[in-house]
Amino acid sequence: MGILDFLKRKPEASAGVAKERLRIIVAQERSTRGGPDYLPLLRNELLEVIRKYVNVDVDAVNVTLDRDSGHEVLELSVALPEGKPATSA
Amino acid sequence: MTEIIVVTSGKGGVGKTTTSASLATGLALEGKKVAVIDFDVGLRNLDLIMGCERRVVYDFVNVVHGEATLKQALIKDKRHETLFVLAASQTRDKDALTQEGVEKVLDELTKEGFDFVVCDSPAGIEKGAHLAMYFADHAVVVVNPEVSSVRDSDRILGLLASKTRRAEKGETPIKQHLLLTRYNPNRVEAGEMLSVKDVEDILGISVVGVIPESENVLAASNAGVPVILNDDSNAGLAYKDTVARILGRELPLRFIEPVKKGFLKRVFGG
Ligand SMILES: Nc1ncnc2c1ncn2[C@@H]1O[C@H](COP(=O)(O)OP(=O)(O)OP(=O)(O)O)[C@@H](O)[C@H]1O
Ligand SMILES: [Mg+2]
Repeated sequence: MGILDFLKRKPEASAGVAKERLRIIVAQERSTRGGPDYLPLLRNELLEVIRKYVNVDVDAVNVTLDRDSGHEVLELSVALPEGKPATSA
Repeated sequence: MTEIIVVTSGKGGVGKTTTSASLATGLALEGKKVAVIDFDVGLRNLDLIMGCERRVVYDFVNVVHGEATLKQALIKDKRHETLFVLAASQTRDKDALTQEGVEKVLDELTKEGFDFVVCDSPAGIEKGAHLAMYFADHAVVVVNPEVSSVRDSDRILGLLASKTRRAEKGETPIKQHLLLTRYNPNRVEAGEMLSVKDVEDILGISVVGVIPESENVLAASNAGVPVILNDDSNAGLAYKDTVARILGRELPLRFIEPVKKGFLKRVFGG
């Protein structure tokens, strides 16, 4: 590192953050792609409801629509936070 | 057989026109007969990058509307016998291009014995971008190591796999080539920029080339000479490698390692 570099502010190593954010958003957008336009909205509303009860991550809810020989299956999956087993209220 | 290549990205300003010009020129250097078409209706630019802006008389929309023949509208490149440019129209009417019209022009280029047609797509995912990709056999998806560009290119990859003629007809899918441009290995090493591997991991597809960020690109556009013709430029050489890979040759990636600074720069920074 040069003498003058000590005087300049070093930019943050932010590429790792970028990669992690992209990994999540790309996976999320792929899962609702090709489905009806309401899927992302449905996902977000579900997420809001679930968050009233459990503090899950923003990428915890997965909504997919599968076409299966003639009929469509709407599949929801919710990943609950680790170490906190669901308590019966 | 004529192969149609779309150069697309979703996000604007990532280097589609720069890439289209160098790709088309590179294919011509390889002895192929090539037409490069500007699909950016209303924002003609490819003619400037190719250095033929003063010779545009008729454009793509004129041909589609039967106001000129394809022969009249194709501009022969000054430097390469087998390279032709079809300029975009300056009309503000975004509906000037139709799917049938585009198909007609591509069919005529096929009959004329062109080996490759390179389609320079406009930004976005609207009609113009859709028309540019619809008939393609290959897609070069231009991406910068930057969050919004990577996300948009994933959307484009999704559209290529579903909203194109090959997809609709259930034929073999479009061949997708991911081209990472404006890459700066020093910034990658400093952890400030997504690496080749990061981008490949996120998108789940490997790159066909990596074009370094280079001041030669601006100089090339200033002069109207595609950067691939500059053999002293890393960007130009990286485009040459990319063309070779698209033609099926295997070459290792170059210019993706950081450049070590000289002694003076190490002392004084910069
Ligand atoms: N490898 C590179 N190094 C430095 N600058 C570059 C590089 N590639 C492209 N540029 C610059 O980026 C800018 C945008 O390039 P270009 O016009 O090719 O993008 P585009 O994707 O066609 O844009 P649009 O979406 O508006 O059509 C130009 O100023 C160009 O000189
Ligand atoms: Mg452009």
